[in-house]
Amino acid sequence: MSDEQNSVSDLLEDNQYKYGFTTDVESDTFAKGLNEDVVRAISKKKNEPEFMLNFRLKAFEKWKTMTEPAWPNVHYPPIDFQDISYYSEPKKKKVLESLDEVDPEVMRTFEKLGIPLDEQKKLANVAVDAVFDSVSVATTHKKKLMEQGIIFCPISEALQDYPELVEEYLGTVVPVGDNYYAALNSAVFTDGSFVYIPPDTISPMEISTYFRINTEETGQFERTLIICAENSYVSYLEGCTAPQFDTNQLHAAVVELVTLDNAEIKYSTVQNWYAGDKETGKGGIYNFVTKRGKCAGENSKISWTQVETGSAITWKYPSCILQGDNSSGEFYSVALTNGHMQADTGTKMIHIGKNTRSSIISKGISADVSSNSYRGQVKIGKNATNARNYSQCDSMLVGDKSSAHTFPYIETANSSVQVEHEAATSKISEDQLFYFESRGISRENAIEAVISGFCKDVFKQLPMEFAVEAQKLLTLKLEDSVG
Amino acid sequence: MLEIKDLHAGVDGTEIVKGISLSINKGEVHAIMGPNGSGKSTLAKILSGHPAYEATSGEIIFDGQNLLEMDAEERSLAGVFMGFQYPVEVPGVNNAEFLRMAHNARKVKAGEEEVDPLDFDELLSEKMKMLGMEKKYKERNLNDGFSGGEKKKNEILQMAILEPKLSLLDETDSGLDIDALRIVSEGVNKLRSENNALILITHYQRLLDYIKPDFVHVLSQGKIVKSGDKALALELESQGYDWVTTAD
Repeated sequence: MSDEQNSVSDLLEDNQYKYGFTTDVESDTFAKGLNEDVVRAISKKKNEPEFMLNFRLKAFEKWKTMTEPAWPNVHYPPIDFQDISYYSEPKKKKVLESLDEVDPEVMRTFEKLGIPLDEQKKLANVAVDAVFDSVSVATTHKKKLMEQGIIFCPISEALQDYPELVEEYLGTVVPVGDNYYAALNSAVFTDGSFVYIPPDTISPMEISTYFRINTEETGQFERTLIICAENSYVSYLEGCTAPQFDTNQLHAAVVELVTLDNAEIKYSTVQNWYAGDKETGKGGIYNFVTKRGKCAGENSKISWTQVETGSAITWKYPSCILQGDNSSGEFYSVALTNGHMQADTGTKMIHIGKNTRSSIISKGISADVSSNSYRGQVKIGKNATNARNYSQCDSMLVGDKSSAHTFPYIETANSSVQVEHEAATSKISEDQLFYFESRGISRENAIEAVISGFCKDVFKQLPMEFAVEAQKLLTLKLEDSVG
Repeated sequence: MLEIKDLHAGVDGTEIVKGISLSINKGEVHAIMGPNGSGKSTLAKILSGHPAYEATSGEIIFDGQNLLEMDAEERSLAGVFMGFQYPVEVPGVNNAEFLRMAHNARKVKAGEEEVDPLDFDELLSEKMKMLGMEKKYKERNLNDGFSGGEKKKNEILQMAILEPKLSLLDETDSGLDIDALRIVSEGVNKLRSENNALILITHYQRLLDYIKPDFVHVLSQGKIVKSGDKALALELESQGYDWVTTAD
């Protein structure tokens, strides 16, 4: 663990974005622009079954009729969707038989990011799917997982090997026309991870996907689908970084989770996409993501934990549809904005089944001239007898130029329910830090203590290594902003 | 132990302390009194190393070290303690954990091993017992929602844990009712020894009924206008500050 800590602080020295490098690999990139032919070409490139092409075309037709959402509390110039390339993959000779065939530059990139993929160095207790621009380049521990019937592979591979599973679940949680970016993703998504946990199986290790955008004018549209069958459990981690460019890159992902009876998925994200220049706000990722889970089965549970520390603009609401009776959904979030970042993030908890429970713990930290909004919806249907929700949304302001906003929406159609909402705003001030310093505690430790105190209800949900890294990341990002 | 030589200091370019010299030895208690705006608070801020306050000339030597060249963290580790007039609230940070961080910062400086939470709890319990403090001070967050009196007691608890050589108590009596004042003063008295020194900064002499000073200094318009023993404080009490501040 201490190695991990060191590597994080070493790389983040001088508060620079540590992942800002690009990798020089030969890429096979589509010409910019989007039309039906591009959608067909992506599908063809991936040799997809027909249902998939139809899914894409339907989504594309839908997307053309839609407009970008205007309701989020974020501001940016209009995106020219014809000025983006919708496919980029590192060039390779043929289908990869083993990791040895991955471009060594790509392997080194992931190693630099702290995600060694080769057999000798790979992380022992975490299975990793590494996605580089539009494609998955390596997946570790596949065989070991397969021994228990667990499928963990790029979704492009799942479309070849398990098309019926993908067809059964894809788009059942986030329909093709759900929203503007989900429709776009459904039309042009290129890769992402697929996980299937068979009945009565507890995944023996954490499963994770690591996303890396490398090419400057490529959008990343990944698609993740996780299915947890009856009485099963999986903990899934997701990490993201991108190089430093003066232009903005679009990342429009869709993640769908499905739990059947008594199953549980715990999904954790540490998002650290490049946020743009701290002073000028130039560049950075537009992170427009749709994440939603469906507790289809009784007594099932979906828990989202996110630590959002990067991206120029974040628009993201990991949600739960609580369909099965007695199912429960959780959302734990820390969203940090600094520099010129804008975040509009939160969750939706849709209670359909009886005795469904949800809890929302959101911690927003805003520094510099950034803007941080929590937007959350709790919707309780007429059959959701005895449903309960507890929401707590706290904001912390650093300095006096940042802003925090809270937009809770509560709708209940059943009188037996119980909904609680709490909100508070606090400040990390120069006086607080001086108080620590006057007791001999360093500024860095002081910030860490205040931030981890503020975020403790969320951090304790993260796997240990992630929690340590997340805490360090927040501290280093804030060091310059306080005072 | 502490030698202040012709100190000039202020905030935002305004000079407030205009030439203070003061010498404090081990085992002594000095009271610095004066009306509002006399420079008491600025002197305290300068001694504690508050970044907004600037010494423009003069020297402060503490244990042979130039205090003005040290930041607040270094001063604390060197053995200077500031008891704040308005201790800040830090929600989310457990009081006991905060105290352990401060304690361990000293351990690290001394090249010793850090104390784990269990061992620290023993030390903390012992100090709290000595000061007659309730268990809640361990469980609550740092000054979060504390009353004025509780905050001041918590400052004394910190002083007990950190065992400073020189403690500066800035208006520790303000906002305290008579019972709280007595408890806080008793705590301070228990922490006094031949090896440490104490500076009490106060507007009123009532604190000095409980903590007996060896020397009393009266500050007016940024200068020490009169020094004496405990009797001086009593005189101030009966005659008011005009008596000394207009004398010269």
